[in-house]
Amino acid sequence: MSRDKRTTEDDAVASLRDGMTIGIGGWGSRRKPMSLVRALLRSSLKDLTIVSYGGPDVGLLASAGKIRRIIYGFVSLDSIPLEPHWRAARQAGTIAEPVEYDEGMLQWALYAGSLRLPFLPTRAGLGSGVMDVNSSLRTVRSPYADGEDLLAVPAIRLDAAFVHLNRSDASGNAQFLGPDIYFDDLFLSACEPGHRYLSCERIVATDDLLNEGTFHTLRINRSMVDGVIEAPNGAHFTTCEPDYGRDEAFQKAYVTAAGNPDDWKAFSERFLQGSEAQYQAAVAEWKAQS
Amino acid sequence: MTALADIVVIAAAEAFSGDGEIFASGMGTIPMLGARTARSTFEPDLLVSDGEAFYVGNELPIGGTDKQVEGWIPFRSVFDTLWGGRRHVMMGASQIDRFGNTNIANIGPWERPKAQLLGVRGGPGNTINHATSFFIPKHTTNVFVNTVDMVSGLGYDRAAQLSEWVQRNHRLPRVITNLAVLDFNSADHSMRLVSTHPGVSVADVQAATSFELVINGEVTETRGPTDDELAVIDRLDPRGLRHREVS
Repeated sequence: MSRDKRTTEDDAVASLRDGMTIGIGGWGSRRKPMSLVRALLRSSLKDLTIVSYGGPDVGLLASAGKIRRIIYGFVSLDSIPLEPHWRAARQAGTIAEPVEYDEGMLQWALYAGSLRLPFLPTRAGLGSGVMDVNSSLRTVRSPYADGEDLLAVPAIRLDAAFVHLNRSDASGNAQFLGPDIYFDDLFLSACEPGHRYLSCERIVATDDLLNEGTFHTLRINRSMVDGVIEAPNGAHFTTCEPDYGRDEAFQKAYVTAAGNPDDWKAFSERFLQGSEAQYQAAVAEWKAQS
Repeated sequence: MTALADIVVIAAAEAFSGDGEIFASGMGTIPMLGARTARSTFEPDLLVSDGEAFYVGNELPIGGTDKQVEGWIPFRSVFDTLWGGRRHVMMGASQIDRFGNTNIANIGPWERPKAQLLGVRGGPGNTINHATSFFIPKHTTNVFVNTVDMVSGLGYDRAAQLSEWVQRNHRLPRVITNLAVLDFNSADHSMRLVSTHPGVSVADVQAATSFELVINGEVTETRGPTDDELAVIDRLDPRGLRHREVS
């Protein structure tokens, strides 16, 4: 019997410190570990470095002033292309150190981190604005006959990682049942052991892991995970296929509220000040009314 | 009279002509329709996706869900495919300059933008690895600019500064707008006017462009779809969503 790693969002966040580098899995407004992000919002943590294929996770953390530095491929809500809080923060200049990468560069940075390499070479990013605005990026020359100059994407090592999966057992053998794992496995493997937190829709017995998907869906094993959190509807309002799709109506309400300080204050008080259980209850009430 | 959207869809489809068995990827309704129309007519070997994570083998209408899945293409495989060069993408651009440098990232200085847009997303990797075409629904001097505010996609002048490999693989086949079809087939790879859509003059296109367009040879009128092609477009977009992108 493997070790029981069950914990809660608040205990996970309580284990973190100011200034840490936190990687957040998912993609845009898809399968984001939102219950962990909401716990982060409620915490006093600050000066964070966030690494993300960004969606509402980045928007919410930016609006709460949690982000000092961020490494991102994009920030988008998918069905609504632009993230309102992210736009506002960038346009107000409140993100001290934005590090903008090509989407593939970010994968390479996480992959290098997970392989404990200092960098990985690529052409993606060469000659683009990514290099114009980031003077720390370096190129490396191929030592072989071609002698080509390539971009050396520096490895990212994370202090903490948050991902949300469909199923997991209590020790962190986890399963994605939707169409794409995104880069969740890389976020976990690029992270130092200690603060690798995995939330899931449902914790199941190890024996039951193959009831809903083939072995191909078991891309995350317990050596990659330190804490497991059962969080039904935990990715709300982002997608968590096939358990549920994106709550488009709620996402729209989020965007509308973000457009006006008074509306955002009301939205935040209604949904984001209390516990995760209170959030889920407030969402259920909102749905019943609308 | 042929609707503008149908002319533009055929122009988008023709951008994929000759591509063979690669992933034809369209961002937005008209580019996606262009790829699917090409596959259903003159470029049958193309692979097209549902925009999520699957290659679809059947003639899937825009917004349709009745898919014949012929392959799995999660984002990691998209990156592998595009770095491997087996893809041609048609995407948007908020700004484009004479050499095809494009910007989808931000308007105003990157350090503190006047308007934060999408970010560079996959633009740098797309343009340096494989063919990238553009669809611009509103051709104006605000889009066709002298200098883009942030280079998300590489133009020919920037590619020329990089390796021979890059110069062999960087390719911007086509720019399609609500007014015209353009490409970069000129001596110095600056933007060339290929054809104007019916009722649009060369002067109209030039007036909507901040830089001088190259004209080398005859500027033709963009062709409309044949009856068979129009039937395909109607099957692929029965709700007429294409007419919301250009009209």
